[in-house]
Amino acid sequence: MDELLETKRRVGMALKLRIFRNMFKQGIQSMWRNKSMGLASITSIAAVLMILGIVLVLILSINNVVNDTKLKFDEIEVFLEDQISREQMTKIEDTAKNVPGVVSVIYRSKEQALDLMKEDWGEDAYLLEDLETNPLPNSYIIKVEDIELADNLVNSIKTLDGVEEVKYYKDIIDKLLNFASYIRIGGMIIIAVLVFVSIFIISNTIKLTVTSRKREINIMKYVGATNSYIRGPFIIEGVFFGIVGALFSIVVVYFAYRYLYLNMNESFYNMFTFYLIPPESIFSDITVIFLTLGAGIGAMGSMLSLKKFLNV
Amino acid sequence: MDIDSEVIYLIRFVNVSKEYKNGVIALYDINIEINKGEFVFLVGSSGAGKSTLIKLLLKEEGITRGKLYLNGTDITRVPNRRIPFIRRQLGVVFQDFRLLPNKTVYENVAFAMEIIGASPRAIRRRVPAVLSMVDLSRKASSYPDQLSGGEQQRVSIARSIVNNPPVLIADEPTGNLDPETASDIMKVLVDINNRGTTVLMATHAKEIVNSMRKRVIALENGRIIRDEEKGGYGFEA
Repeated sequence: MDELLETKRRVGMALKLRIFRNMFKQGIQSMWRNKSMGLASITSIAAVLMILGIVLVLILSINNVVNDTKLKFDEIEVFLEDQISREQMTKIEDTAKNVPGVVSVIYRSKEQALDLMKEDWGEDAYLLEDLETNPLPNSYIIKVEDIELADNLVNSIKTLDGVEEVKYYKDIIDKLLNFASYIRIGGMIIIAVLVFVSIFIISNTIKLTVTSRKREINIMKYVGATNSYIRGPFIIEGVFFGIVGALFSIVVVYFAYRYLYLNMNESFYNMFTFYLIPPESIFSDITVIFLTLGAGIGAMGSMLSLKKFLNV
Repeated sequence: MDIDSEVIYLIRFVNVSKEYKNGVIALYDINIEINKGEFVFLVGSSGAGKSTLIKLLLKEEGITRGKLYLNGTDITRVPNRRIPFIRRQLGVVFQDFRLLPNKTVYENVAFAMEIIGASPRAIRRRVPAVLSMVDLSRKASSYPDQLSGGEQQRVSIARSIVNNPPVLIADEPTGNLDPETASDIMKVLVDINNRGTTVLMATHAKEIVNSMRKRVIALENGRIIRDEEKGGYGFEA
C-alpha cells in the first residue's frame, strides 16, 4: 500500500517536472520568435531601472548626509554666567546627568574654549593673541545619543539659575530631515510611476506574443490545458526580460556611479563637506532591488496581458 | 445518486435550458441521455441550438437551468480550475481543423499529449499508433499547409483521440470537405466509434445522416423535435 502511494507520488513529481520543462521550452521558443520586441522590453526595463538607480543613489546619499550630520551635531552647549555659584553648577550637572540618553557632561572653562577657538582658526589665530580679557563664557558640553530627543533636556536646563544660553543644532537637523523626507517621497513617487509605466510596456510586448499565439492558446484550452500551463511560458518570458533588463542596468549604474565616485569625491567633499557613499556598499542593495523589481515587473506585465485571453 | 443509477449514462442533459445574457433563449428544456459507445447525430438548421449544446458540454458557456452529467459526474456548475480536466474527457474536432501551422502533423498530435504531461515514451508510442489509425503515417513530418482538407481533418481527429477521451465531439467535421472526402472522414469516425469511443456529431450533411442509419437528435428553435434510433435527417431540404 505504502509502496503504491510512493510510486504515485513519484509519478506525480515526474509529471510536474515534465510540464514545467515544456513550459520553459515554449517560453524560450516564443522569446526567440519575438526577438525585436523582446529587445524593446528589455531596453525599457533597463531604462526605468537606471533612472531608479539615480533616484536610489540620491536617497542613499541623503540618508548618509543626515546620519553623518546627526553624529557631528550630537552636542548641546550650555553657556554659564560668569558669576555662577558652585551649587548652581552642581545643579546643572546633576540635572543633565539624570536624563536618559545623555552620554557625557563635560565642563569647559573659558581658557579651554579659547584654546579650542585658536585651534579652529588655525593661521588666523594670531588675531586672538591681542585680546586683553577672555570674552568666552565657561560652559558645559553635553553629548547626547540622539539630538532629535534633546528638546526636553534643553528646556529644563534653560530655566536653571546661572545658565546664560543653551545652544544646539536641532533646527539644522530638522531642516535636513525635512529635506531628506521630501527627497524620499519624491523619489518613491517617481519610482512608482516608472514601475507602472514599465509594467504597461512589458504587458504590451507580451500581448503581441499572446495575440500571435492566440490560435495556439485556443487549441490548448480545448485539449484541456490548465490556465497555469498556458500562463507559464509567458510569465517565464516576462521574468526573463525583467532579469536581463535588471542585469544590464545594474552594470551601467554601478560603473557610472563608480566613475563619479572616483573622480568627484574630493571635489564633492570640498563643496558640501560630506563624502559620497562608496560604490561597493550600494552594489548589493542595487542588485537585490533591481533583480526583484525587474522580475516582478516582468511577471506582472505578462499576467496583465493574459488576463482577457484566459476566460474561454 | 439517482434511482435509475444502474445505468450510468456517459452524457446526460436533464431539463437543460440556456438563455444568453442578451435574452436569446438558445436551448429550451433539453433532455438527452447518451450511452457509452453510441454514435449520435445532432441535426438542425443554423441557430437551432447545436453549437450551444456543444458549448455547454465543453463548459464554454454556463447553464441557465437544469442539470448536466458527464460520466456520472455533475458538471452543471464547476469551478474554473476544474474545466480543463472535464475537457480532457472530451475530444473535439472542428469544421476549420484548428491545427498549428508551424508544427508538423506528428507535433500537432503530440502537442495534445505534452499539455497533459504525458511521458516522452508514451508520446513516442501513442502518436504513431493514432496516426496509423487515421491513415496518415506517411505524412507524419508534413506541415498542415502541405495537406489536403481531408488529411488536415484526419490530423485533427487524431489529435482529439490521442489522449483516449471517452467522448469525441465533432462540430460539422465535414462542413469544409467535398462529399468523397467527407465519406472518408465518416469512415474514420465510425472506426473510432467501433473501438468504443462515443461519438457526438453535429452536422448539416443530410446525405451522410441518411446513409448511416444512426441515432439522430433533431433540434429546432432550441427544442428537441425528434430523437430516434437509426433515424434519417428528416427535414425537408
